[in-house]
Formats: sequence, structure tokens, C-alpha cells
Amino acid sequence: MSGCLAVWRKELTIYFATPIFYLTGFFFLLLAGYFFYSNLVYYTVLSFQAGQNPYLATMLNPLQMVYRPFFGNLAVLFLFIVPLLTMRLLAEEKRSGTMELLLTFPLTDWGVILGKFLAAFGLYALLLAVTVMYSIAFGLILTLDWLAIAVGYLGLLLLGGAFLALGLFSSSLTENQIIAAVIAFGLLLLFWIIGWYEELGPPAYQGLFRYLSMMGHFDTFSRGVLDTRDILYYLGFTYFFLFLTKRQLESRQWRG
Amino acid sequence: MIVVKDLTKYYGSFAAIQNLNFEVAAGEIVGFLGPNAAGKTTTLKILAGYMPPTGGFAAVNGYDCVGQSLAARQSLGYLPETVPLYPDLTVGQFLDFAAQAKGLDRSRRRQEVARAIADCSLESVRQTLIGVLSKGFRQRVGLAQALLGRPPLLILDEPTIGLDPAQIVEIRELIRQLAGEHTIILSSHILPEVSQLCQRVIIINRGQIVASDTPANLTQQLGHDARIHVVIHGPSADISKTLAAIPGVKGVHSQGNGAFTLEADLDTEVRPELARRIVQNGWDLLEMKTQEFTLEDVFINLVTEEELPVATPTVQ
Repeated sequence: MSGCLAVWRKELTIYFATPIFYLTGFFFLLLAGYFFYSNLVYYTVLSFQAGQNPYLATMLNPLQMVYRPFFGNLAVLFLFIVPLLTMRLLAEEKRSGTMELLLTFPLTDWGVILGKFLAAFGLYALLLAVTVMYSIAFGLILTLDWLAIAVGYLGLLLLGGAFLALGLFSSSLTENQIIAAVIAFGLLLLFWIIGWYEELGPPAYQGLFRYLSMMGHFDTFSRGVLDTRDILYYLGFTYFFLFLTKRQLESRQWRG
Repeated sequence: MIVVKDLTKYYGSFAAIQNLNFEVAAGEIVGFLGPNAAGKTTTLKILAGYMPPTGGFAAVNGYDCVGQSLAARQSLGYLPETVPLYPDLTVGQFLDFAAQAKGLDRSRRRQEVARAIADCSLESVRQTLIGVLSKGFRQRVGLAQALLGRPPLLILDEPTIGLDPAQIVEIRELIRQLAGEHTIILSSHILPEVSQLCQRVIIINRGQIVASDTPANLTQQLGHDARIHVVIHGPSADISKTLAAIPGVKGVHSQGNGAFTLEADLDTEVRPELARRIVQNGWDLLEMKTQEFTLEDVFINLVTEEELPVATPTVQ
């Protein structure tokens, strides 16, 4: 356990000592702010129109019109950003040879993997926490359904875990950070849109594609609905890729 | 402290080491000597628990390096050949991480890091990023990392490679100081280093042990003959003849300019007779010294006995 903590602390120190986190964080917050603001403006415009149109007024709901698209936007943003956060985690250790040091310390493979995963997850959660400020400002002028918003954020945290686990796994495949990022991005995008194939594919597999789709599982969260099936999907996805990473680390045992 | 039995490692079809057998007792300093690609680094990597052997058995401090890897790794400090470090951490941060990774609690960590920094004279660079350190400092940081937690065994892979002569002396001095409380196994292809530091030398070539003994015994084994170097002013043809006639002298080689190398029996002291005859003949004796066989001679002798392979794959 202390090994996991050591790796976690080391990863965070390196994250904060190098510009990559500050840079991705800057652009993430810039874009996240833009998305929230544009959704908000759209909502405001419709609210004015609703003054003349009582039918429209019944449809007005900040959760549906601001938060649902906003959570979707954040998820897509993370699709781009997570590979940048995870690419160096294991690839850099391999390239610089520090892997040899790390693996000859009395650390377990799980200690190394969880330490790295949790460090990246901490940054992810930090970025997400900053966006909560938008809602606090919004909440000053409007009564919000905080519980539904919290469910949306929980969904983003679970989604982030799945993204980061997949990113960590791609980083374990190569010693080149760029390749690690490309693999992570390609796989994430694939899992994100695989649900589109649902209507086109052979009927027997439609259920499978729908189940695999990350987007489909996320939609319930962004509507403020908590469904254990979706929670299990993301936890299972995360564990699966962490497990693959562990196998990948172990492969040094039997490779030449 | 170390037990190695029939240790074999293949990289693909290339055998890096084959059926190594040796033991290292607690408190020993053992030098692991061999040309490049002889299998030194491979053996040390297996001992350090970085990779498992293809066959055979290795144990450190009583723990199997494969089956009880965690316990084995807990009892050793390892300095890899390339001294991999994190360039984005400061020396202090890195050592603190290493100490925590070795399972030391907070107070023990502070104490151990302070000690390692003092032992390796790193006070001046504690706050410096490792990325900007010179090679000598990096080497010392690598060594400091291995010392944390005072493991009973230190595995040092080429600890002085790439250092300037002054730094080499410093690192050697440091290793010598550490000898008291650690068992040390170090690899090198620098012979004087091994003969100065180590109580025992294991010479390895092409994946097999070719000799294992104290430096003194190894040189003695090879040194069947004593060699004497003399410089004499006089007619060189006569000198050669006279010297060869001295009882106990087996051969005389003229080196030009009045310099000769004599090979003589170890048991017979030929120097008094040698001096007497030179003086009797009226020649001038300018210089006389005995030459000892160095570990280098042993090494070259052992390693070049067999024909060296044409192309040996380099193995890291």
C-alpha cells in the first residue's frame, strides 16, 4: 500500500513539475467554459421566447437544456484530453529505463498500476472540480436540481476512470508517448461511437454494440438518472483495462 | 547471501548466460568481471528481480528471486548500468520517493534520505533537478538510491562507468566505506578497480564462469614465472648470452636500448647473481625491477584462451 502511495505521489510531483498538465488543463477549462456559456446563452434566448409561447415555457428546464449538452461536451473534451494525460505514465518509464528501477523496488505490479492510475484520476477530478464553479455561479440566479447535477458529475468520474484505464493500458504497450496517445485516442473514439453501428449491424449483435457503447451508458447520467447497470459497465471497463495493463507489465517475465 | 545454481538465460536463441553456479557469503565484496556482452548485466538483472531466468535458480538473502521476488527485492539495493533516474524530480524528491517505494515510514524516510545524501555528498544538489546534473552526480544519486533502507545486499552494475578519474576514486572510496555493513556484488570491466575493491573475483566470458578466486590467487596461478626487467649499458649480444647462463633464468628477451626482460623460476632468487655478473663483466647496471603479473594478464589469458566469437549480439 505504501508502494502505491509512493508511486502516486511521484506521479503527481512529475505532473505538476512539467508543463503538459498545465497546458491541457488550460485548454480544457477554456473550452469547458465556452461550452457552458454557449449552452447558457441558448437557454436564455429560449427563455425570452417562452415569454410569448406558453407551450415552450413548459419545456424549459436547465437540466435538460444546459446540463445535458454540457456533460456531453465535457465527455467529448475528455476523449481528447485523457490520452494526453496518460500517454507518459508507463511509456516514459520504459523509454528512459526507469522501469528497471521501478520494478526492482519492492513494489507490487498492482501498486505501480494503481499509483499511476490514481494520480491521473486525481488530476482528472481536479479539472472536473473547477467546472463545478460554473454551476455555483449559475445556482446564485436560479434554483438548480443539485442532486441531478451530482449524478452527472458522478457519471463523468466513472467515465473518466474508464478513459484513464484505457489510456494507461495503451501507455503500457509502447515506449513512445505519441504512439501511446494515438492508440488511446483511437480506442476511446471507437468505444465512444461503436453504438452507432447498432442499427446497421447484424440483428444478433445489436445488443452487444449497444452494450459496449460508452456514449449510450453515459447518456443516463447526463439526464440525471442513476442506473446501476451503467455504474457496473464503467467499473467493469476500468477494471478490465487495469487488468490488461497488469498482464502487459507481467509479460516481461516470459518475453525475451 | 547470494546462491546461484545452473542459472541460464536465453534471449531468443542466444544464450546470454549458461549454467552459472556461484555463491556469495554475507559481508563479501565480489567483483563480476568480463568483456562486454559476457552476461554480467543479465546475471545482475536476474538477481535484482527485474527479469526471471530461463532456467536454474537464484536466491538473494534466502529468498528465491522469482518465487519470493518481493521479499528478495526488499533485501537489496540495485544500481542499474544506465542509472535511470527521473529528470523532472529534484534529488531530494527522488530519494524520498525511492525511500517510500522501499516501504520506509515517514520518520525513517527522512533519516535514511539524510544519511544517503551525506554518504554520497549530495547536499549541494538536493534541490536541483536530476535532469541538469552531471554524470558524476547522477551516478551518486543512483548509488544513494540503492543505499536507502540499508539493504543487506548491494548490486552495482558498472558503478564507475563514464566517470572522470577523480570521480572514479570518489565512488571507489565510497564503495569501500560501504563494505562494512553490506554485501556487495559489482560488475566491471576495469581490472584495477576490481583488484582494489574486491575480495573475490568472478570472471565470466560468453555466459560462463571461467574463474573465481581472490585477485591475489588468480595472479599467482598465472604467474608461474617471475619477470625481471633490467637496463644494462654494454654490448648487447654478450649480455644476452651471459644472462641466459645464470642458473634459474629461463629466457631473455632483448627490448632494445640495453633493456632486457628475464623470465625466471619463482623459487630461485636470481637477482644477486644477476647483479654480480653484470659488475664482473664491467657493464653498467642502470635499472633492475621485478614485474608482477597483473589481474589484466589473468583476464586476457582466460578470456582469449578460446577464440572470441565473430559477432556477439550486444545484450543489455
